[in-house]
Amino acid sequence: MGASVRPSFSEGLGGEQGWPKALRGRGPQAVSGILTALGRAGLWSPRRQLLLATWQALSRALVTMDAESLLLSLELASGSGQGLSPDRRASLLTSLLLVKRDYRYDRVLFWGRILGLVADYYIAQGLSEDQLAPRKTLYSLNCMEWSLLPPATEEMMAQTSVVKGRFMGDPSHEYEHTELQKINEGGKVFEEEVVVQIKEETRLVSIIDQIDKAVAIIPRGALFKTPFGPIHVNRTFEGLSLSEAKKLSSYFHFREPVQLKNKTLLEKADLDPSLDFMDSLEHDIPKGSWSIQMERGNALVVLRSLLWPGLTFFHAPRTKNCGYIYVGTGEKNIDLPFML
Amino acid sequence: MGDPPPDPEPPSQPPSSRRSSQVSQRRGLELSRPQPAFPEEAEQIPLDTSILQSNRGVLASQANLQGWSLGASPTQQENLTMFQAEEAQLGGVEYPSPNMGFPSELQPQLYLEEGGTQATQNAGLMLQQLQRGQSNLFQQLESAYLETQPDLLGQFNMYQRDDLQFSQHGPYLRDEPTLQFSPSEPGFTPFTLEVPEPEPLELAVQNAKAYLLQTSVSCSLSLYEHLVNLLTKILNQRPEDPLSILESLNRTTQWQWFHPKLDTLRDDPEMQPTYEMADRQKALFLRNGGGEGQQEMEEEVAETAVPNVMETAFYLEQAGVGLSSDESFRIFMALKQLVEQQPIHTCRFWGKILGLSRSYLVAEVSFREGEEEGEEEEAEEMMEGGEGMDAPDEEDEEKDTDIIPKPMWKPPPVIPREESRSGTNKYLYFVCNEPGRPWTRLPHVTPVQIVQARKIKKFFTGFLDAPVVSYPPFPGNEANYLRAQIARISAATHISPLGFYQFGEEEGDEEEEGGAGRDSYEENPDFEGIPVLELVDSMANWVHHAQHILPQGRCTWVNPLQKIEEEEELGEEEEKADEGMEGVEQEVGPPLLTPLSEDAEIMHMSPWTTRLSCSLCPQYSVAVVRSNLWPGAYAYASGKIWCEVRTYSTFHLDATFSSEVLDLGFRFHPIYS
Repeated sequence: MGASVRPSFSEGLGGEQGWPKALRGRGPQAVSGILTALGRAGLWSPRRQLLLATWQALSRALVTMDAESLLLSLELASGSGQGLSPDRRASLLTSLLLVKRDYRYDRVLFWGRILGLVADYYIAQGLSEDQLAPRKTLYSLNCMEWSLLPPATEEMMAQTSVVKGRFMGDPSHEYEHTELQKINEGGKVFEEEVVVQIKEETRLVSIIDQIDKAVAIIPRGALFKTPFGPIHVNRTFEGLSLSEAKKLSSYFHFREPVQLKNKTLLEKADLDPSLDFMDSLEHDIPKGSWSIQMERGNALVVLRSLLWPGLTFFHAPRTKNCGYIYVGTGEKNIDLPFML
Repeated sequence: MGDPPPDPEPPSQPPSSRRSSQVSQRRGLELSRPQPAFPEEAEQIPLDTSILQSNRGVLASQANLQGWSLGASPTQQENLTMFQAEEAQLGGVEYPSPNMGFPSELQPQLYLEEGGTQATQNAGLMLQQLQRGQSNLFQQLESAYLETQPDLLGQFNMYQRDDLQFSQHGPYLRDEPTLQFSPSEPGFTPFTLEVPEPEPLELAVQNAKAYLLQTSVSCSLSLYEHLVNLLTKILNQRPEDPLSILESLNRTTQWQWFHPKLDTLRDDPEMQPTYEMADRQKALFLRNGGGEGQQEMEEEVAETAVPNVMETAFYLEQAGVGLSSDESFRIFMALKQLVEQQPIHTCRFWGKILGLSRSYLVAEVSFREGEEEGEEEEAEEMMEGGEGMDAPDEEDEEKDTDIIPKPMWKPPPVIPREESRSGTNKYLYFVCNEPGRPWTRLPHVTPVQIVQARKIKKFFTGFLDAPVVSYPPFPGNEANYLRAQIARISAATHISPLGFYQFGEEEGDEEEEGGAGRDSYEENPDFEGIPVLELVDSMANWVHHAQHILPQGRCTWVNPLQKIEEEEELGEEEEKADEGMEGVEQEVGPPLLTPLSEDAEIMHMSPWTTRLSCSLCPQYSVAVVRSNLWPGAYAYASGKIWCEVRTYSTFHLDATFSSEVLDLGFRFHPIYS
């Protein structure tokens, strides 16, 4: 490890030139792992420390309630009135790091909190290199012990769409739902009332998935797409300007595009294929389902979703800070068109 | 020696070669000069180096782009424009004639000009040169080259024009093959008077440069220019370890090109609202009246109506609720400003309501005794006067034309609103959008507004005068709707630990008051606080201390029939209407200080949720109560301290609400009975 170590603060491909050979070409997980292992072995040196810090800083990139920048993000998102108490914050910081290590995620983000009657669920998501790949969701009741949730499927969505009301807060709670089912028995068709049990965990999974698909947003330019397919964090993203930040068209849904192909060729001609590969918020139905506000006298732009009340997206213009958090009861606001 | 000093007028290539050699010298004499194009230059070079060494100090200030110049001959024009920028440019500008024979003559001159005098002499030459302007140069250069290198001229001119822009960036290597001294070209043939065919390598280089110079449709900046800017910047600033910050420098240079810094007289238009807001908030932090000394301090410390917002915010933070600490502090300052402006007896931060464009900060205040709000009464008188005017007009019209049968319908009597300082209007509410903005008072709420507000569900836009468009129609604008919602929320969520308030000792009989119950309470001086665990366990330990709003829309019931009896003189029609209203029963609500355990359930869940703020250390934690009916209403208690606040949005309303709205839509609206 005697190679000339020059911590490169440059953001870009040239960053790895100064790294020692053993670290080259590895992901941030592995690099941190190697360096911390060295540290534990007593081979710690200020240089290596600097290396580790730089690497972590570089890999931090996009802030979506990232574990490292959790405190700043929570403060910026606090305008909605819901936040985390200090003990939760402290336990989150510790436990998210451990989750990252154990599950070998690229990044772990704190997604939010779903309020239940008896207890609250704290949700975190783990990401891999490809930003748009399906994320792994974890939940916890005390911010310390996290359990992995199964990925959402269509059946789950259909099943849980009948459940209404608040979450209980107990993951093993089962909702009972009676429905009429047609049963074929030897030529006779009759309907029978069947009581279907739906677990709260299933409901949790489908709600989180719905929220992500519907209202998870990201500013334009924060991600870019390469011709080979994977989507990367744009390290040269310096934030939106003030005038751009007030427009809905500068924010995209953080999911596979649905409406993009419906655009006319004229509209598509103006788009930049490496940046504009997701749906923008402009065409959301119903119109006006987002509320944009400037807080702290134009130093922070906050978008709140009216369809899923409790989702807050914040962004400090001209800086890289942005992120979203959901703190709410997990119920969709179906009265939205009447309330506008 | 005997030769006259060289005529500054015919500058030509050899001087440029001198310049180039100086440039190369500045590079540290690293590049060895392989065969120069001109034999004269070859001769001059060793001379130059000696001279240049003496001139080194003089020329050190010149920051030239060395990386580009491959050594031979930047044009004269470049040199001279370079000199334009830096008058102190001195040294070594010799102007031997273009003739080949000159150098021999000049050599002695070069020797002569060693030393400091050379500097001034050259400066003089330079200034003369400058005065003549560049066009002369071109002509001279052209003429100089016309005979020798006709086909190179075109290139020369083109490059000259380009270089005009970045003249200060130093000499570039001209792509003239005849002038090129590339160390990487070992086989370079010495210059001949004939123009050689451009070799493939040079052609490639020229093509490359032409490609770099092309500009795209979207911007007028070419890669060449950008790289020139970037490298100039680097050379000017000479940062440590430039390779590591190359990327960020690249980005900033590009950004700066497209976002030129506005001059200091003009403000950045985008930042204007931010600065205005900051100005307004600065006013909050300044002490009122300037430093008048200790007296003011004492007065303020003694008694102030401003609540301790920071303490509340601390406890709420433990509960996981609340705004960030600097926003809380700004709210604190804004409340202080409110207290100073209005005659306020008690003041409390009620909460924050989020709206579509702006949010509302709500303060609950009560005025001092005797300070009645005169504006409200005036407004009411105006309205009553207006109504009186309408009635006689209608009667006149009817007598003139055919008598139209009067409708049977009589509007239900308007239930009078409650007096100030009682019932729903017990407190006054002030709102503002952001700390620093002026506080606006909300009007008192009328029962009909409360009744209608129960039926609709709308978002707040953030502007108090916005109309509320809904079905059933709401009587009033957003200010009234906001006030009605505040009244409902207050009535439902003003809670306190059991025993904190107690009824005052009254001698009056309850029945005499019409069963309305007591409507006042006072603090219990003997309150000792309930252990936190008990507060969390049972809802019986919390009580409502705000009066429940009856379905009528008031806290104390008023019999609408009483009013009608007074109006019986008006005619027979009303009697029929009376019959429909006889069956009005007195509405009774739960009395004051009812424990929360008596609250009705909503959709099979209890309307309140209790938590300990921190389960890890229960001895120091705070009991938190959260309302499920009005999500966002929180109360905390710990020992003797308790408080409640609502910081949330009215996006959340109770779940039963939507079913009510649907019901009304389908019911037959009883207009014509």
